[in-house]
Amino acid sequence: MNALNIKRGSSSHSAYDLRDPNGDVIESHTLAVVVANESGVLARVIGLFSGRGYNIESLTVAEVDHEGHLSRITVVTRGTPAVIAQIKAQLERMVPVHEVHDLTSEGPAVQRELALFKVAGKGDARIEALRLAEIFRANVVDSTLESFVFEMTGTPEKIDAFADLMRPLGLREIARTGVAALSRGV
Amino acid sequence: MRQMTGARMVVQALKDQGVEVVFGYPGGAVLPIYDEIFQQNDIRHILVRHEQGAVHMAEGYARSTGKPGVALVTSGPGATNAVTGLTDALMDSIPIIVLSGQVPTFMLGTDGFQAADTVGITRPCTKMNWLVKDTARLSETIHQAFHVATHGRPGPVLVDIPKDVQFATATYVPREDSKISHYQPRVRGDAAQIAKLVELMETAERPIFYTGGGVVNSGRAASTLLRDLVRETDFPITSTLMGLGSYPASGKNWLGMLGMHGLYEANLAMHGCDLMINVGARFDDRITGRIKDFSPHSRKVHIDIDPSSINKVVHVDVGIVGDVGQVLEEVLRQWRARGSRTNREALPKWWSQIDQWRAVKCLSYKPSTKTIKPQYALERLEALTKGMDRYITTEVGQHQMWAAQFLGFEEPNRWMTSGGLGTMGYGLPASIGVQVAHPEALVINVAGEASWLMNMQEMGTAMQFRAPVKQFILNNERLGMVRQWQELLHGERYSHSWSESLPDFVKLAEAFGCKGVQVSDPADLDEAIMEMIRYDGPFIMDCRVEKHENCFPMIPSGKPHNEMLLGDADTAGAIGAKGAVLV
Ligand SMILES: Cc1ncc(C[n+]2csc(CCOP(=O)(O)OP(=O)(O)O)c2C)c(N)n1
Ligand SMILES: [Mg+2]
Repeated sequence: MNALNIKRGSSSHSAYDLRDPNGDVIESHTLAVVVANESGVLARVIGLFSGRGYNIESLTVAEVDHEGHLSRITVVTRGTPAVIAQIKAQLERMVPVHEVHDLTSEGPAVQRELALFKVAGKGDARIEALRLAEIFRANVVDSTLESFVFEMTGTPEKIDAFADLMRPLGLREIARTGVAALSRGV
Repeated sequence: MRQMTGARMVVQALKDQGVEVVFGYPGGAVLPIYDEIFQQNDIRHILVRHEQGAVHMAEGYARSTGKPGVALVTSGPGATNAVTGLTDALMDSIPIIVLSGQVPTFMLGTDGFQAADTVGITRPCTKMNWLVKDTARLSETIHQAFHVATHGRPGPVLVDIPKDVQFATATYVPREDSKISHYQPRVRGDAAQIAKLVELMETAERPIFYTGGGVVNSGRAASTLLRDLVRETDFPITSTLMGLGSYPASGKNWLGMLGMHGLYEANLAMHGCDLMINVGARFDDRITGRIKDFSPHSRKVHIDIDPSSINKVVHVDVGIVGDVGQVLEEVLRQWRARGSRTNREALPKWWSQIDQWRAVKCLSYKPSTKTIKPQYALERLEALTKGMDRYITTEVGQHQMWAAQFLGFEEPNRWMTSGGLGTMGYGLPASIGVQVAHPEALVINVAGEASWLMNMQEMGTAMQFRAPVKQFILNNERLGMVRQWQELLHGERYSHSWSESLPDFVKLAEAFGCKGVQVSDPADLDEAIMEMIRYDGPFIMDCRVEKHENCFPMIPSGKPHNEMLLGDADTAGAIGAKGAVLV
């Protein structure tokens, strides 16, 4: 049957979001999710991400209120603004979820991650590694004659940068905790 | 302080919650609970033939009463058999509580006999689930399960109960002493957002109400308010498959169902409207067709209790989070307070446009005196059962769409069909669940022969519990809906879409101890339907229908609303390669 020729509606703008969902900018957002500390809750939250095809870049979880049985999940995810909004709404409607904060869009926030680096080497490389560690304020938490373990806390970018510098100097292993984040101020 | 075993707590908690009936199937891991059921008379237990049946029965019970349905299954295979029903209830937002037995806590994780990671398996198909490892937590968990299933957007929940937890003793916590759940979703819509909707209603030239299952789920009051609103505004109204009956099919503003197999007038009105008021529907892909071309000139308002439904698929201008009933009440209040205004110049023009679309008579089909056309069978069923205390369930396929098109629903909770998941095998058990809730009513399952076979074992349940359900099978000896798609988009290569060796349904009825009739001549149809209605017991009607009939109208996958195929349309090449990828 033939198409309709209805003149443009009286509404001044198209109500429909015509932006190409693929062409939209991808943003990275840090979400703080306060959940009931019960078994299976983390699996439910992660299942939401895998089941609906959302990305997880980093995830940390620990109990933060023993009396209230509350844990805080900090998750860094990527997506278009529409996808991020949908992730937040999907998290908010989950039964064991108490609160969700998009720390990236709710104002300034601080982010920190802890990382351990094992660097093996001798001679100049070893001295250079130690010098750079000092500049980055990384602590030596273990040392042998041919290796160090450095400990560093910082933004994920700072940890990436330090890892890049260590790589040619004998970086063997990295362990990272993932991001913990809080909004600034009260 | 009431000390009791976990098994007794289960039964006590169900009583406290007002449960009258449980659909279930026993096994080793739930024997203590069955022992308790044996020793009381308040809760009726309906023994099913397959756990999938139990869950669909609980769904049928819930949808026809507005109360939560309850199913009880054993561990391992009992629980895995419940998965399809749970997923079905999740997709259609049906409040059900499934209680499953589990191996004793000390055997969890050791791959014991009939052990399965039930909470793991059912996590994505429940609104929430719990493994209860301590009897002291059992009663509160069950109360919490009822709370979660019935508050906010309803849905299925599961409580997994290890056998030792059923045997151990602890203090029972009554419903009123239970800890108040933090889960309290918002039900009142934001007044400022509602004011925006009211303003749009006052000026819209081509408004439409697009309603869904949320109206039914919200309860009777929501339907009443919707009817008031439609009558007072005189706006046209359409509904999804899930929402049929909220507004009466005989109402003068009714456009019929919309969507892939919806009515021409409903879909074109959606395409051409300038104000779309979505009340408790979710912009499902069966409704929108190609998103990019969905109702391109309208402002869209979305009322939904689930905030994640808003802007999930279609971006809307005004989102109102709240319970449909509560929101509609406030909409009416505000709109009346401002003088009950609508655009009185434009509305008559909109209606005359709609009347032109109605004149197309999109449900016309070529009648036949030789074979029973499925549409004709449903027209006759409608005519002969109109005005009766009637409930309809369906299976999934062409017959389901024809039933939605040709049967009229005057009230909510009278139409039970698997919408979101499209579960073949839903209708027969659902019809039993409905009949158990409404013993005196006429309950008819409009079925396709292929779907019906998927859970036909439940005829035994119908017989045992004297549920006089009527199985109205539109037998085309085909997986009709599959055949239709193969005709339209796979070059008429009918790969495995017909069934040979179908059972003799009349003999099958006799084998179950009930009555069956086969009819193939249109002239005999009325008498056969009357016999089915009059028969005092379960009944199977093998209605032999035209084998190659297609269901129209049809919006092919990936096409916009205004590219609809009607019965006489040339269907060749109607679905492009892109559409063929879609389901
Ligand atoms: C459990 C399940 N398996 C497969 C399908 C896919 N499917 C949808 S309709 C249909 C054919 C249904 O045949 P029938 O019940 O005879 O109904 P008809 O279309 O012929 O009216 C199939 C196979 C489904 N919806 N559900
Ligand atoms: Mg069939």
